[in-house]
Amino acid sequence: MEHAHHVEHPDMYDEESSKIGMWLFIFTELLLFGGLFIVYSIYRYLNPEAFHLAGEELNRTIGTINTVILLISSMTIAMSTTALRKGHKKVAIALVVVSFVIGFAFLVNKYFEWGVKFSHGIWPGSEQMLAEMSQGEILFFGLYFVMTGLHALHIIIGMIIMLFTIRGLAIGKVTIKRPSMLDNCGLYWHLVDLIWIFLFPLFYLIH
Amino acid sequence: MQTTSAVNGANYLTYQGKYKGLLGWIFSTDHKRIGLLYLYSIATMFTTGVLLGLAMKFELLAPGKTIMEAQTYNATFTVHGVIMIFMVVIPGLPAVFGNILMPIMIGAKDVAFPKLNLLSWWLYVLGVMLVLAALLFGNGSPDTGWTFYAPYSFKTGTNMLPAIFGAFVLGFSSILTGLNFLVTIHRLRCPGMKWTKLPLFVWTLYGTAWIQLLATPVVGITLVLVALERIFGVGIFDPALGGDPILYQHLFWIYSHPAVYIMILPAMGAISEIIPTFSQKHIFGYKAIIASTMAIAFVGYLVWGHHMYTAGMSGPAQYYFSLLTFIVAIPSAIKVFNWISTMYKGSINVQTPFYWAISFIFVFMIGGLSGLVLGSLATDVHVHDTAFVVAHFHYIVFGGTGFAFFAALHYWFPKIFGRMYDKAWANTGWLVFFIGFLALYTPMFYLGLMGMPRRYYDYLEEFHSGNILSTFGSWVMVTGFVIIIVNLIRSARKGAPAEANPWHGKTLEWTIPSPPPVLNFETEPVIGENDGPYNYE
Repeated sequence: MEHAHHVEHPDMYDEESSKIGMWLFIFTELLLFGGLFIVYSIYRYLNPEAFHLAGEELNRTIGTINTVILLISSMTIAMSTTALRKGHKKVAIALVVVSFVIGFAFLVNKYFEWGVKFSHGIWPGSEQMLAEMSQGEILFFGLYFVMTGLHALHIIIGMIIMLFTIRGLAIGKVTIKRPSMLDNCGLYWHLVDLIWIFLFPLFYLIH
Repeated sequence: MQTTSAVNGANYLTYQGKYKGLLGWIFSTDHKRIGLLYLYSIATMFTTGVLLGLAMKFELLAPGKTIMEAQTYNATFTVHGVIMIFMVVIPGLPAVFGNILMPIMIGAKDVAFPKLNLLSWWLYVLGVMLVLAALLFGNGSPDTGWTFYAPYSFKTGTNMLPAIFGAFVLGFSSILTGLNFLVTIHRLRCPGMKWTKLPLFVWTLYGTAWIQLLATPVVGITLVLVALERIFGVGIFDPALGGDPILYQHLFWIYSHPAVYIMILPAMGAISEIIPTFSQKHIFGYKAIIASTMAIAFVGYLVWGHHMYTAGMSGPAQYYFSLLTFIVAIPSAIKVFNWISTMYKGSINVQTPFYWAISFIFVFMIGGLSGLVLGSLATDVHVHDTAFVVAHFHYIVFGGTGFAFFAALHYWFPKIFGRMYDKAWANTGWLVFFIGFLALYTPMFYLGLMGMPRRYYDYLEEFHSGNILSTFGSWVMVTGFVIIIVNLIRSARKGAPAEANPWHGKTLEWTIPSPPPVLNFETEPVIGENDGPYNYE
């Protein structure tokens, strides 16, 4: 799209297309996690007691803090898209930066949360797990690491998209007339948030 | 947007853009050039796959070891499958002819996201490289079969990880192509190009794109889980840790059954373009074909269990999957009736693409009917995992998608390259190929019914004669393939210049010069009330 001046690339920018494209991509992401949710529900159904016991091990406080953190970052990125619509470019940039920082805080929390698990000898394939845990608990922690790990990967991807968006806003590529990149960045971040909203109760709350 | 007469004058093959030579191709965002990049990559991989298939057939020429050991044979059929499925027939028609022709058929200058389109091709190349890396490095080539069934796929000592990641990347490439096509078809149709005036090839690409988008992520996550199982041992598919390998099969087929409709729908679309053109008659039942296309795309999601009748499944689940399998056959049959009715009382012009199209219908019908033998519970138990399944699958996927691909190639060749091929050689190539195809796969139906298992490098003496015929057929078919390819490569360089509309087609690509200009249309086309893709006199 930056080749608007070049003959070989006719300027195909269309806000509606970008929006449809992003929503379709979000469908694929939901189905990607959908596969994992199916696996989770089957194994939860087969091992209710073990999932209950293993769930007690997780730190609900950190989980709650991370949920609040993500909800706030979703709010700030939504505010950023509104700010751009109203023509406040600097406010828009500042709000994406804030969302980025909050996303980083989520990862820091996750780092400590996983770190505690590791120090207790809990990681996929660890000898302690194989020796002491029932099969249901092994499956619970396997799914816990896979699903929260994949989610954390999406947080990182979302943050990289934010960096590109900040750059786009700063150099004037993303403007009130071409807001799609910021809008899509926001949509993607909401998706990451939404998936966490499902992960949080499944692992931390349901007993 | 800037357009100059100099640009409009040049065609897309000779146009000199920002980069020169090869770079002007591999960094081009022109949908036509990307389509050709796919054509060359897919043709290369197809040739590789054919050579592997040839080696397998040679091994089966006689019982016992002929040219390779059992382990080599396992690796050969695995790599043959991975290449043919993930690199040839799934991207096949959409990535090549969809890219080159779909934007032109809807009156657009390009796809909605040209750069994403180029990224799809690069991802395709990356995926190919990853899979090839699995062959060249590590402890031997993957030997699981293309289905990567758990638990063997994380227990085997062979080099599985690059192959699994390669398949994942190829899936991602496929998703992005589907996404791009959906947005393009929704947003970039020219004025007057209503949904009821879309060419059927575009309609089938639309249905295909939805499947690519909604089914591929499921196999993506499944392959990631297998990879994690190999690296960390998370236990999800490992029975030793409480996991369930059958769950892997479910997740795998939730994608991979819809994937066969990714393969066949655009093939049906191409046939639906070719039959009316060479009959010079309006397609029979335009709306029925659209409805059956969307019905296949939808019902195709719900039949995956028919791959697993013998894997362990409750009775009611088997009845359900069997019933739906029979239901999903109906829309395909509707299409066959439509094509045949289109020919009725048409003024048929027998040319190479038409030969391919009618032979497509012939082999597709045999493949489809043999599919019902596998779809019904009582008979499937007897022929499951025998050569019968291999014969059915190749009749449908190779006879279906492969024949349609060659039909499309001969149909749109003059448009794509601006030159006409030698028709006599093209017809000869088709005939030899067709005879070889029948000789290669028909004996497998018989061998399967007699009980010869698939995926074995050895067999009992009683299966010898059928296998000799089959191997002989593979040589004939490859001879036909060589004739076709040599003729097309030679004609692309030296053939007589082609007219804009050599077959008197009515869709938009025939209204522009051959080869098409860089921006496709001088002025944006407008479709009137009485225009239509199949409005013949």
